[in-house]
Amino acid sequence: MAIPYAAAFSFMDLKRPKRRITRRYFLRASSATFLAAPLLQPLPFLTGPWRFIDENEAETINAMCERIIPTDEDPGAAWAGVVHFIDRKLAGYYHRYQQLYRLGLQGVHESSLSLFGKPFVELTAAQQDDLLRKLESNQAPGDVWKKISAAEFFNRLVDHTLQGFYGGPRHGGNRDAASWRMLGLPTAPVRSRRPLTAPWSNATGSPPEKQ
Amino acid sequence: MEQRHWFATGKTVNLKHANVVVIGSGAGGGVVAKELADAGLDVVVLERGRWVTPDQERKDDLSNQRTCVLGPPYGPDEQKEPRVFVDPEGQEQVVWPADGSYNNNAACVGGGTVSYGAMAWRFMAQDFQMKTLYGAPAGSTLEDWPIAYTDLEPFYEKAEWEIGVSGDVTPDPFKAPRRRPLPMPPLPDSTETQILKPAAQRLGWHPFYIPMLRNTVPYNGRPGCMRCRWCCGFGCECDAKNGTQNTVIKTALATGHCELRTHCIVADIILDARGRAKGVEYIDGQNRRQTQTADLLVVSGGAIESARLLLNSRSALFPEGLGNRFDWVGRNLQGHAYSGALGLFDHEVYDDLGPGAEIAICDFNHGNPGLIGGMMLANEFCRLPYQVAGMAPPDIPRWGKAHKDFMRTWFRRSVMIMGPSQEMPVFTSRVQVDPKVRDYWGIPVARLSGMDHPYNIELCKFASDKAELWLKEAGAVKVSRRQKTRQWLSAGQHQAGTCRMGNDPKTSVVDKHCRLHDVDNLFVIDASVHVTNGGFNPVLTIMAIAYYASDYIKRGWRGGGFG
Repeated sequence: MAIPYAAAFSFMDLKRPKRRITRRYFLRASSATFLAAPLLQPLPFLTGPWRFIDENEAETINAMCERIIPTDEDPGAAWAGVVHFIDRKLAGYYHRYQQLYRLGLQGVHESSLSLFGKPFVELTAAQQDDLLRKLESNQAPGDVWKKISAAEFFNRLVDHTLQGFYGGPRHGGNRDAASWRMLGLPTAPVRSRRPLTAPWSNATGSPPEKQ
Repeated sequence: MEQRHWFATGKTVNLKHANVVVIGSGAGGGVVAKELADAGLDVVVLERGRWVTPDQERKDDLSNQRTCVLGPPYGPDEQKEPRVFVDPEGQEQVVWPADGSYNNNAACVGGGTVSYGAMAWRFMAQDFQMKTLYGAPAGSTLEDWPIAYTDLEPFYEKAEWEIGVSGDVTPDPFKAPRRRPLPMPPLPDSTETQILKPAAQRLGWHPFYIPMLRNTVPYNGRPGCMRCRWCCGFGCECDAKNGTQNTVIKTALATGHCELRTHCIVADIILDARGRAKGVEYIDGQNRRQTQTADLLVVSGGAIESARLLLNSRSALFPEGLGNRFDWVGRNLQGHAYSGALGLFDHEVYDDLGPGAEIAICDFNHGNPGLIGGMMLANEFCRLPYQVAGMAPPDIPRWGKAHKDFMRTWFRRSVMIMGPSQEMPVFTSRVQVDPKVRDYWGIPVARLSGMDHPYNIELCKFASDKAELWLKEAGAVKVSRRQKTRQWLSAGQHQAGTCRMGNDPKTSVVDKHCRLHDVDNLFVIDASVHVTNGGFNPVLTIMAIAYYASDYIKRGWRGGGFG
């Protein structure tokens, strides 16, 4: 029996801030309901609040990640919420890459306009792949790429996408352990756990309690 | 050391005199603390890291000792303890614990033994006589150990039984003589073992079950392994992995003679007027400068940090660092050059059972025609998805549908065989203290420079050849070699060699009992003393040497003094 994804993972939504039902969200949500493949529809999850990136950047990162790990019979990076991983880490452990991302995303926008006359998110999948390959080989046009290396930005993004997709769900990506399910791995990272009251667990440098 | 600018502002506190101060609580220090506390000596253990306990284990694919892209969970402190790394081109850079070139080994109670893969190898008798057997290649300081395997054998046995080793080495005809079997049986065969074992036998090799410091059945009051995939690189959630933190350190604390102080950064070893060690100066967890005096000092900080401490302990008697009259402290830094191959099969071989590594051969540790030394070959520990994504053969794109197809198709169908090749020590591969860069507390940091010996590449090619042969025999449809192709600085978690053990004070740092040649109440007991590092994971040898040196200390202890 198929359980609707939304119901199966509703517990994850509890941790997220409540979404405002905007017109945009409503349109997406309703289109998700009526389109043929609602289960893998990534868009409704692309909501903030964002920690470091803004809404446009989120959409661009999301679209790029989705090309790096595309949706096919299994969820891709967008469904898995890799953009949430990246945003969360840019505001935390990866704050050293903030500038790289900010400039890099500007660069992607510039390159996209100069090559195709449209922002990245509006390109076709083939055009997006084409642009990503240009980034990878440092051949993308744009002034920003004189300041930072396109390949460096892209390699970093690929690495972060793999981390967000394959790492533990606790970091914001890999929603519902999507990648682990794809690989047939059991999803619960904890199988047994000693009770916190075990005498050995309160060791802080003092000897364990006398037997 | 005049320019020392301590972070500490409080006044120096003099603490109660101890018999022994042990610096570091890893594989070496933990064992020493237990042995000496058990013999009734008052022991103070100073550990720079924190306690890691089983219920704190996060099982984080991105933050563990193997993959620390989101930080090394077992220390050292990422904001406070940099190092300087000089690459082969001579470019120097400040590196931090999450960087590969930092060559991090965990800094917590138990050191690397909390999160290691826990292979418990005895070195072979030949590993102690490398120069006699093979002669040193040009550019290498290859040397014999001043002790033989037979000196360590009883202590290997003690380590195996006290700390707890499982496995079955009886089918290995190349092993050094041993008197007692291992205390615990191996785990049941995983799918990989079921394929690899007969394949090795068909090749005429001698596969057997890797000895592991891991409970397979309840032992020493802790349960057997629950076989989760978060093993090598992680602390054990069910406490089945035997490190020093849950065995000997626990025992040491229970004696009532041992005090363990965490978050203590030892800065300096103080000498008295006669040139004997008097105590240490350290910074405690509240950033206060403390002085702890003792009759006897044991330095067990790991090959990089032990050398750094000796080099930082300068005085009028030892202007170049303690024990460094002949410029041997910090030299011969070595680790292991890992090489092997990844085999892809047309059927599933993944069964999601840890620890993963189970089956090994020692057919190629010695006696390889035309080669010096060799390596043990074993199947690799459980590979997590993000790790596998980085292991794809070079012809697989890193992204896009092809990448996803690779993961989906091969994740459950791949077997990896790797081996730690015995390295040829090099004099110029070394630890120094950096003249400019200091850590958070103002102590000069370790500076790593040099490269390993070019011969290691040849040996690694051999390892990959054999791994490839094994995988093909086992039925791999495609084999991707994972082979070292260029020289680099080798240290990592198997770091060793920086305070070489030897009989000649001019070409070594400590004597054959791990005592500093120049200071008779100062011992270095960790992998620093390894003359060569074997073709094996070194931890059981570190533990055996710690038991061996502790035995010497206990015999020489005269209640209140040594010697």
